[in-house]
Amino acid sequence: MLEYANLFIKSIFIENMIFAYFLGMCSYLAVSKTVKTAVGLGFAVIFVLTITVPLNFLIDQYVLQPGALKWIGPEYIDIDLSFLSFIMFIAVIASMVQLVEMIVEKFSPALYGALGIFLPLIAVNCAILGGSLFMQIKDFSGITESAIYGFGSGIGWLLAIVGIAAIREKIAYSNVPAPLRGLGITFIITGLMAIGFMSFMGIDI
Amino acid sequence: MSINKLKNNNPLILFLSKSSEPLFSKKNRALLSDPMDDNNPITVQVLGVCSALAITVQLKPAIVMTFSVMVVMAASNVIISLLRDLIPNRIRIIVQLVVVASMVILVDQVLRAYAYDVSKELSIFIGLIITNCIVMGRLEAFALGNGVWRSFLDGVGNAAAYGFILILVAVVRELFGSGNLLGYQIIPDSIYEMGYVNNGFMLLSPMALIIVGVIIWVQRSRNRTLIEKG
Repeated sequence: MLEYANLFIKSIFIENMIFAYFLGMCSYLAVSKTVKTAVGLGFAVIFVLTITVPLNFLIDQYVLQPGALKWIGPEYIDIDLSFLSFIMFIAVIASMVQLVEMIVEKFSPALYGALGIFLPLIAVNCAILGGSLFMQIKDFSGITESAIYGFGSGIGWLLAIVGIAAIREKIAYSNVPAPLRGLGITFIITGLMAIGFMSFMGIDI
Repeated sequence: MSINKLKNNNPLILFLSKSSEPLFSKKNRALLSDPMDDNNPITVQVLGVCSALAITVQLKPAIVMTFSVMVVMAASNVIISLLRDLIPNRIRIIVQLVVVASMVILVDQVLRAYAYDVSKELSIFIGLIITNCIVMGRLEAFALGNGVWRSFLDGVGNAAAYGFILILVAVVRELFGSGNLLGYQIIPDSIYEMGYVNNGFMLLSPMALIIVGVIIWVQRSRNRTLIEKG
């Protein structure tokens, strides 16, 4: 149980998607103008990461890894499909996003209204594919671990985008040097926030 | 069917036929040079920032990344441009993803075979070229509506401009962070003896963001039309 909690904390703070690996920066920069939209996109990312990381874990475990196909029969033990992982992962992500969009639209129109426009954007968010690729490198032992990793990374991403959106709302009233306005100052603030988040690196779990 | 009609229907003929325009006309050269300055993918279009920051601690991975992105962009731009009349509009994103992912797999396998160390160093970031917005962005904005040769130039130009920022950031970080470039010592021992110390901070990830911020600052103060309003 404790190791799950550790993994959860680690994926939120120490290995934060934005501040440690810069994943999902494009939508992070584009959708962080107001807190409301940032929260919407953040929740959509949590949602999709929590679903796709364990799903891709299963695909990796039972289809792609060297010897993963041995459940079909002993003659398949030599097959190594890991070179297909990029295309499999992105196909899973794109179709899951589509599926999630349809399910949410059917069963929760209110949530769809809130997430609606952001869901299609997410298929090409580096944080989602990055989550699955990190999962492959980290060699998780079970589906629970990968689900916790996906969920934690999503929360870390949400924290980052809501933080920067709140700062950008306030900074609209400040006198920023003209050439830095908008993009430039956002980069520098993100850098400063990343320095803040580095203090979590000292935590040893 | 008139030859013109045939030309319009078959992109291959369009590509092979001698167009009236020379290959490197002024308009085509602009496709290569514009991204370098006024239309830079990273600092102006804000595309492909993710990978630009994470792999710039040293120069070598940044150069390898630049070439990988260039190959992927040029190839997928050409392929999508050839297919642009055949792709149904509704499923174009999936088609683009599949084409880009196949190109990335090729690049990844080549890197693993011939430059295993760098490939290990880049870890997941080669795979992330698939979702690198710069590739998808240029496919959407350019290759879907332009001819093969122009799309190729656009891909190469944008990838080169992307690589320019990447290499600039990597040079600053490696030079001031560890005193080396490409692993060779640049800052002489005599300067270290005078009390110069490497700025270890440059090697940490936040500095990449701040350096890009400064690059944007410099670029926008030189070119005031790029300044954002509001």
